[in-house]
Amino acid sequence: MVALEGDLVVDAVPAISKRLAAIAGPGERVEVDLSAVTDIDSAGVALLSLFLKRMDASGREVALVRVPDSVKVTLELFPFVGARVAPDVERRAVFDRVGAWAEGIADLVLHFLVVAADTSWFVVTGVFKRRGVRWHVMFYEMAQMGSKALGVVSLIAFLVGATMALQSAAQLRQFGADIFVVDLIGISMTRELGPLMAAIVVAGRSGSAVAAEIGTMMISEEIDALKTMGLHPTRFLVVPKILAITITQPLITAFADAAGILGGFLVATFYLDVGAESFIQRLQESLFLKDVVTGLIKSVIFAWLIVSVGAICGFRTRGGADAVGRSTTTSVVAGIFAVIVADALASLVFYFGD
Amino acid sequence: MRSTFEYNIIVEDLIARYGDKTVLDGVNMKVRPSEVRVILGGSGCGKSTLLKHIIGLATPAGGKVELLGVDLASADEPDKDAVLGRVGMLFQGGALLNALTIHENVALPLREKTGLPGDVIDEMVAMKLALVGLSHAHDLTPPELSGGMKKRAALARAMAMDPAVLFADEPSAGLDPITAAALDELLISLKTQFGMSLVVVTHELASVETIADRVTMLDKGHVIAEGTLEEVKATPHPMVRAFFGREGEGEEEQRSVLQAFGSDGGRA
Ligand SMILES: Nc1ncnc2c1ncn2[C@@H]1O[C@H](COP(=O)(O)OP(=O)(O)OP(=O)(O)O)[C@@H](O)[C@H]1O
Ligand SMILES: [Mg+2]
Repeated sequence: MVALEGDLVVDAVPAISKRLAAIAGPGERVEVDLSAVTDIDSAGVALLSLFLKRMDASGREVALVRVPDSVKVTLELFPFVGARVAPDVERRAVFDRVGAWAEGIADLVLHFLVVAADTSWFVVTGVFKRRGVRWHVMFYEMAQMGSKALGVVSLIAFLVGATMALQSAAQLRQFGADIFVVDLIGISMTRELGPLMAAIVVAGRSGSAVAAEIGTMMISEEIDALKTMGLHPTRFLVVPKILAITITQPLITAFADAAGILGGFLVATFYLDVGAESFIQRLQESLFLKDVVTGLIKSVIFAWLIVSVGAICGFRTRGGADAVGRSTTTSVVAGIFAVIVADALASLVFYFGD
Repeated sequence: MRSTFEYNIIVEDLIARYGDKTVLDGVNMKVRPSEVRVILGGSGCGKSTLLKHIIGLATPAGGKVELLGVDLASADEPDKDAVLGRVGMLFQGGALLNALTIHENVALPLREKTGLPGDVIDEMVAMKLALVGLSHAHDLTPPELSGGMKKRAALARAMAMDPAVLFADEPSAGLDPITAAALDELLISLKTQFGMSLVVVTHELASVETIADRVTMLDKGHVIAEGTLEEVKATPHPMVRAFFGREGEGEEEQRSVLQAFGSDGGRA
C-alpha cells in the first residue's frame, strides 16, 4: 500500500518517482491510494504508467484505488492507466447508499410531520375563523372522495362478505357450528375488513388524485403563485380535503360494513340454512357497538394518512409531467402501506387496550 | 398603495444555488418606488431565480434581500403575510390556478385576503380584466386561453391587490406588437398612477426602450451592467455589446458571443 498526495504534476514527479522506486521486486499486491491527489498532469500519468509496467514486469499485482473523480477523468484519457483504476470499494458504496436512503427517509418523515402539523393547526384555527376554511371546496371534495367511491367500496365489501361466508361455511359445517358465521362476518367486517377495504380503495382513488393535483400545481408554479399571494398551500389545498375525508370515510366504511354483512347474510340464509331471523338475532348478540366504533375510528385515521401521504407526494414533485406520474404511483403504494402499518399498530393498541 | 421606503427592494450580495450549482453569485440591486427596473440577460442566466429569491420563494444561500423593508428569509408569518399582501407576481408560465376560472383566479387574493363584500370584489376583478383586455374571458378556464391571454390574465391577478411592488417575468412574451405596446403603456401607468415599483424581465428591446427607468444586466451569475438604458448601452462588456447589437460592430464578434450564450445558460 502506498498513498500519494498533493499535486501529481511535473514539478512533483521527481520526488514521487523516488518513493515509487522503493517498491520493487516480486511481493504482495500493491495498492496505490490516490485519494489525496489534488491534481494530475500527463507527467503524473506517465509516472503511474511506468510504475504499473514495472510491477507487471515483476509479476506483482497492482491497482490504483480511491481515485478522486477529478483525477479519474484525466486517467481515463490514457487507456492503459485508466484500465487499472479499481472500482470504488463496494463496502463504501453500500454505506453511502444506506446513508442516502436513511437521509431520504428522515427527510420524508420530517416533511410528513411538517405537513401534518400545518394541517392540524389550520384545521383547528380555520374552523373558528371567518374565511378560515373554504367550505364550498370541502363539499366538492366530499363528493369526489366520498359519494363517488361509495359504489365500488360497497360492491367489493359485499363480495368479500359473501366469499368469506362461503369459505368458512365448509369448515364450520363440520362442527355443526354454522351459526358462528355470523360472528365471523360481523366482527371481522366492522373491526377490520370494512375500514381496510374502504381505505385501500380510497387510497387508490383519492390519494392518487391528491398527489396528481398538487404535483401538477407544483410543476406549473401554481403553488409558488399561491405562496406569493400569501395563501398557505397546506391551508388552501390540504385542509378542505382532510375535513371532507374526515366526514366521508366513516360513512363509506359504514356502508362497507353493511354491504359485507349483507353479503354474508345472503350466503348464510340461502346456502347455509341459517335462518334470516336467527342470523339477525345472533348478529345482535355478538356484535357490539364498540366493534363498529373501533372500526370507524380507524377509518378516520386511515383517511388522514391517505390524504397526508398524497399531499406530501404532491409537494415533493420536482421536474416535469413524468414526475407527476411518479408521485401519483408513489402516493398509492405509500398510502396503502401506511394504512396497513397503522392498522397493525391499531390492532396492537386495541388488543392490549381491551 | 404607495410605499414610503427609499428603496422598495434591496438585494445585497445575493448568492443563489440549486443543489451545488451556483446560479447567482453576489448580485446587488436596489429599486425605488415609482421605478421600472428591467432585468436583462441570456436565457438561463438566473433572472427568474432572482425574482424568486426577492419574493421569498427561495432562501438565499448567501447575502440579503429586503422587500418593503422586510427580510423574508427571517421574517415571521404575520410580517411575511403583510409584505406579500403588497406584492404581485406575474410568473413566467402564468401559474394561473387551472381549477378556477379567470374571474375566480383574479378574485382569489381579494377573497382570501380582504374582507371586501362579494360585489365589490367582482367589480374590481372586472376592472382589472378590462385593463388587460380580457373583459370577454371571465368565465373561461386557463386551459381555454391562448398563451398571450394567460399572460394577461396572470398580470390581472398580480395587480389584483394594488401592490406596491409588481414583478413581471416576461410579460410580453407571446404577445403581438400591438398588444405588447398596450401592455407597456399599462405598466408605465401603474408606475406613474400608483407609484409602484416594477421589476420586469424581458427580452423585447423595444419594450425596454419604452418602459425602463433603470436596467440591470446579468451574466454568469453577476451583474455586468447597471444604470439607465443609455449607461448600460455604453458599457464596454462584450455581452452587453452583443445584446444590443450596436452599429459598427462586426457580425463575427456578435455571433461568437451569441454562441457562448447558447452553449451554457447558467454557471456550472
Ligand atoms: N428548480 C431548479 N432546480 C435546479 N436548477 C434550476 C431550477 N430552476 C432553474 N434552474 C437553473 O438555474 C439557471 C437559471 O434559471 P432561471 O430560470 O433563473 O433562468 P432565466 O434567466 O429566467 O432564463 P429564461 O430567460 O430562459 O427564463 C438555469 O441554468 C436553470 O437550469
Ligand atoms: Mg426565466
